[in-house]
Amino acid sequence: MSYLTEADSMHIKLMAHEIRHSVIEMLTHAGSGHLAGPLGMADIFAAMYFSVLNHRPQEPDWESRDRLILSNGHIVPVRYAAMAHAGYFPLEELNTLRRFGSRLQGHPERTRLPGLETTSGPLGDGLTQAAGIALGLRMNDNSARVYAILSDGEQQCGVTWEAMMFASAHKLSNLTAIIDRNEIQITGPTEKIMPIEPLREKYEAFNWNAVTVDGHDVEMFVDAIEQAKNVHERPTVIIANTIPGKGVPEIEGDHRWHGRVPTKEEAVKFLMQLAQERKIVTAA
Amino acid sequence: MILHDTHLHEDIFDTGKLEHAGLRDGFGAAIGELADSDERVVVVCADVSKSVRADVFRKKHPERYVEVGVAEQNMAGVAAGLAQVGMLPFMVTFAAFSPGRNREQIRTAIALSDLPVKVVGTHTGVSVGPDGATHQALDDITLMRVMPNMQVVVPADREEARKAIHASAAVNKPIYIRLTRHETPVFTTTDTPFEIGRAEYLWRSPQPRVALMGAGPLLYEALHAARMLEGEGIGTSVLNLHSVKPMDIDRVKEAAGDAGAVVSIEEHQILGGVGGTVAEILAQNTPMPLEMVAVHDAFGQSGTAQELLEHYGLTRGSIMEAARKAHGRAHG
Repeated sequence: MSYLTEADSMHIKLMAHEIRHSVIEMLTHAGSGHLAGPLGMADIFAAMYFSVLNHRPQEPDWESRDRLILSNGHIVPVRYAAMAHAGYFPLEELNTLRRFGSRLQGHPERTRLPGLETTSGPLGDGLTQAAGIALGLRMNDNSARVYAILSDGEQQCGVTWEAMMFASAHKLSNLTAIIDRNEIQITGPTEKIMPIEPLREKYEAFNWNAVTVDGHDVEMFVDAIEQAKNVHERPTVIIANTIPGKGVPEIEGDHRWHGRVPTKEEAVKFLMQLAQERKIVTAA
Repeated sequence: MILHDTHLHEDIFDTGKLEHAGLRDGFGAAIGELADSDERVVVVCADVSKSVRADVFRKKHPERYVEVGVAEQNMAGVAAGLAQVGMLPFMVTFAAFSPGRNREQIRTAIALSDLPVKVVGTHTGVSVGPDGATHQALDDITLMRVMPNMQVVVPADREEARKAIHASAAVNKPIYIRLTRHETPVFTTTDTPFEIGRAEYLWRSPQPRVALMGAGPLLYEALHAARMLEGEGIGTSVLNLHSVKPMDIDRVKEAAGDAGAVVSIEEHQILGGVGGTVAEILAQNTPMPLEMVAVHDAFGQSGTAQELLEHYGLTRGSIMEAARKAHGRAHG
């Protein structure tokens, strides 16, 4: 029995497709950035913005909002797209990504766009800030939850482990980390560059509650999020196995798409492939 | 002569009569006072609470003392996170490690994020002594000064350190406060004016021919140098540049313009610190002879504070020599 109704989960899946569509368009328009990561995380971002988060898009500074911290800032197009679809700002603004004067910087900056929570890009800096926010909320008796989205490559950063140790020492059960386990980083597979496995066991050894999910199965993902709310005195990590480039079969799992964007011709093709995938979802 | 309205200690030149204290004790005093009046005050510390004088706070307010262990990068991230939810975090440890080790986290999570985190670095300068080069921060002013949004304050004694910590709490910006371990004369008083962004004259001869300007405990040596230089017939002014950023540019220009020659003074690398700031201002406004009393692109080493200050040329004698040289270049 899933936490989500069938209608809920269909809505999330459709929003994920809208987000993917926007991601391809905005990155093509921008002419630089990362494509594979944002596509791979579209389901999770759709689940966060259209189901999990207790938030008010019209009031991004609302004190009781859940905090979503994006640590690996380079996948921010998926966040911008999700925020725009959720009503934080007009969809047209997505086309300003990476442009001079835009609120949508190449890597997210909290002072420029309300709702971003943190500034990120240099890898490894997300979990530590999320832990500080979680501790501060607890000090203030604020029951909001903190979600930190991390990449798997960031598990190579020393500060991630400092923060991991800190979060369990301070029993930050209001903190849930979500790891985008897509197994690629910019120059190749994580296990080839610098192995991070066994990842789940490492978190468990640091006294975290650890679960592994299919990052494209929104019911499973949201169930893991809900179960984390019942874990006391320990933070939770959800290791989400994802496929980079998900939604565009031609590029799925291809690490060469980690750090590049489509040409206009490729974008037309990718959007058609995406439309095919959407039909499969709606038919199901 | 000593300026009356600076309210410096009345026996200022009688060193034996002055209390001696490390600037870290000013942090310890101020943080206790602040914590009583402001519930948002939190101390984030990296396993050195006693050495940085945070132990009294830790015992009195355990719920607002955050231990991160030996993890300075995480310290910066956690402090940024706490500031995000409205707390007033003071992150404090040895400057060799913060900002020495965590400069990137300070840059991204605090400075670029424009969060009012107070970064307090202790154990600066060669006067740290026997611990040696690894623990003597000599580049921290430069590291912090080049970050947009970041303010930098370098107090001259324990009392000024206390005031700086208080003043920093009221600044809704990231700020770095540079402190020391070595016990130096407390020559300012509670009545000595202190305002971030404002430089203060401590001494002014009737006709200053060299402006001595700098920050930190060496200013006490500068005052002795000023008195002896006056005896030699070289009038000077002594300007306290505790606020390295924002720097009181007008006051620097004024003091330099009056004298026609400048000596900069700091217990820090010559590259990009207080003297570097002064050089930038002079070169852009009123180029004139500048001599710099600082560590000349070298690491520190073990020794007593006094031995090291002498070895690296950070004494009243070095200040006098620099002043004579600057005077000769400008007026000789």
